Amino acid sequence: MNTQILKTASLPYCKGCGHDLIAKHTVKGLEKLGYLPLDVIMVTDIGCHGIIDKCLNTHTVHGLHGRSVALGAGITFGLENPGKKVVVFIGDGGSTIGLQHIMEAARLNLNMTVVVHNNMLYGMTGGQTSGLTPQGFRTTTSYEGNPFDGYDICALSNKAGASYVSRILGIGDISDKMAIALGTKGFSLVEIMEICPSYGVKLNPKRKLQEVVAASGKEPGEWINQRRTFSHQQGKKIGNLLEKTVEIKKTFKHYLKGPKSVVLSGSAGEGVQLAATLLSKAAMRSGLSITQKGSYPVTVGVGFSTAEINLSQKNINFHGIGVPDTVIITSADGLAHNKKRIELMQGGTLFIDSSLEVPPTGAKVMQHNFRGIGARNAAIYAVLFFALKTGFISTESLFKTIEEEGKAEKLPITKIKEALVE
Amino acid sequence: MHEQNKGKRVMIDGSRLIIESLARAGADAFIGYPITPANLLYLYGSQRMDLMFSAPDEITTLQWMSGLSATGKLPVTATSFPGFALMIESINMAYMMELPMVIVLVQRLGPATGTATCGAQGDLLLLKGMMSGGHPLPVLSTSGFEDCWELSEKAVEVALKLRTPVVLLTSKEEVMTQKSFSLEKLSAITPKEKPFYNLDCEYKSYKPTDLVPDFLPVTQEKHQVRFNASTHDQQGILQHSNEEAMANTRRLEEKVVEKMKDFLFYELDEQKGAQKLLVAYGISSQAARDALKALREAGEKVSLLIPKTLLPAPDGYLEIFNLYNKVVIAEESINNQLGDVIYGRCKPSHLHFVGSIGKMITPEEIMKEVKA
Repeated sequence: MNTQILKTASLPYCKGCGHDLIAKHTVKGLEKLGYLPLDVIMVTDIGCHGIIDKCLNTHTVHGLHGRSVALGAGITFGLENPGKKVVVFIGDGGSTIGLQHIMEAARLNLNMTVVVHNNMLYGMTGGQTSGLTPQGFRTTTSYEGNPFDGYDICALSNKAGASYVSRILGIGDISDKMAIALGTKGFSLVEIMEICPSYGVKLNPKRKLQEVVAASGKEPGEWINQRRTFSHQQGKKIGNLLEKTVEIKKTFKHYLKGPKSVVLSGSAGEGVQLAATLLSKAAMRSGLSITQKGSYPVTVGVGFSTAEINLSQKNINFHGIGVPDTVIITSADGLAHNKKRIELMQGGTLFIDSSLEVPPTGAKVMQHNFRGIGARNAAIYAVLFFALKTGFISTESLFKTIEEEGKAEKLPITKIKEALVE
Repeated sequence: MHEQNKGKRVMIDGSRLIIESLARAGADAFIGYPITPANLLYLYGSQRMDLMFSAPDEITTLQWMSGLSATGKLPVTATSFPGFALMIESINMAYMMELPMVIVLVQRLGPATGTATCGAQGDLLLLKGMMSGGHPLPVLSTSGFEDCWELSEKAVEVALKLRTPVVLLTSKEEVMTQKSFSLEKLSAITPKEKPFYNLDCEYKSYKPTDLVPDFLPVTQEKHQVRFNASTHDQQGILQHSNEEAMANTRRLEEKVVEKMKDFLFYELDEQKGAQKLLVAYGISSQAARDALKALREAGEKVSLLIPKTLLPAPDGYLEIFNLYNKVVIAEESINNQLGDVIYGRCKPSHLHFVGSIGKMITPEEIMKEVKA
């Protein structure tokens, strides 16, 4: 096995580029820590630094612009061997577009090292200003100097929770400093300051790296958080989702002749969806096939709440309901949402709370004081009333379902039964 | 099927069946970002999969999935158009890197945010054209609870055998509606093999064996593994456009086109003497089944085709279409996307369309068009 992480000392970078130093000293740092090539998973971003892959004997993963930290994060999730090391190479451009990924990895304190090659501009695409370009630094898209201050990627990562962050100048032997970051448990990020020789040096003549960094106010340094590193804290798992479904056996008779569609509608928070589920399950207990779907505004806690239920003796394919056979309305919200449907009904039955104005309809109208039992119980009471009046299923099947679903204690069952008798 | 569940009659939704099937077939990680109407899939995925991670957005979702896939896991996510749109570049990446994964796409009414709680079938052309270069992405479409079970298993198999992302296409009404259902209808699912390279001789990450390269995760120390989203040679090293790299890029297309021939799924209910063909997929196939029954009871001679392998579009569908004088496609859109996939913009005069937005297509609407 090849124990050399780097295949060649001749790296494919422009003369004077700091990327060469960073690559060699990252490798040196890894070797100081005793890593063998295939212990290392090198994830590279888009940018000049990303062409290092072919020079490495490590595993290499070359992804999209700015996404390499998230890609590396995904790899850390799948690693079961703590001896593995995920290293991400990214530039200042990639750090700009992928800032959220860096923050997320730091927040979770994932076990990985991000090496930010900050050469202060987008080198591969023509020297444009990046989010990390220092204020006053000239680029091909800011000849007068960048008018804005760049992100402080170190401060952001530190605040997000990284175990270790450092900013260093890309000059001299930086392998020991790299080794500190690479040897850190948890998330570490090193921002290495350099000036792109193709654009940065030419556009900022006579400016030295130390001076540019000092002028930016983002001095070299290191920042440490004593934090717990990421671990898989998976909640309790369900080994079989089907076992969690409750078997519904036929224990009651039904008296349905032909399929029926039912729309139950009221206000959010008044138990409409629960009432629909209880009706559906009671129908299944009575030997019927059912479909049930809910409809409500995006904000689930206000406005209308509508449930559409199909009941049939046969298997149901199409479960949409255009003009329903039965509409049950328990509130003004429900009426407003279904007014058009009710007006289109040429037959069937409309059960509607007696406080509401009945719209023009061809349906038989049954007005009843559903809300008198309390707004939160109006829907379940209306469903029981529907069962009583139509006789499609028995009220006993519904009361049994309420009991078996553990809802009896939360409902005024006696009061409901008395109201039904009345 | 676990023995204790046999014959059990339950009230269930398609989301539960999809996640359970994916897990049994070998999916072991769920990565999610919440979005309606895929939220039940997210919930069940978090409960059922060995690993579950909540991503901060859908780009991260696909990147995390790709990283997990590179370690040999089989990750799954579920989303709807707004999230899927964010994933597209990263799905291209996973496709180029040849990383297995399953993406459940739950269609809802668009464009843009549209209506989150309203179903639709408007994403097929997006799926057809989402890969730069026009490469085909495998897309399987469910047409009922049995498909939620069986095609989810197949999606895992395709992902692993072809080393590719796979889309399982559904819609809001298929994964959120509760129905009475007998679990007896579900077939047994066995975990799919993860075929890792196990030879001592040199390994190249993108050297194909019968169009598909052998897979190795980055977790092992025997062979160097390279994954690359840029144009690359068989070793996985970035190249501009040399012969080996172009052959690799061409192979990606050929791999999916050829290998998906082994995964051609559709239902064809032929009626002898019928000159009319009704075609529907996904949620509209349920109305089509009812329409077919009613049409036949009324004396109409009609056949029904329910395509389930949607992309790459199998040649066989056109061959079936050509056997009939009148073909009616039912799809919950306003622009006949399946017709576009089969014929392009030049649709023949014998092709008719029943479309809808904001509501499900009814059996009556289909019957009217078939009879016309």
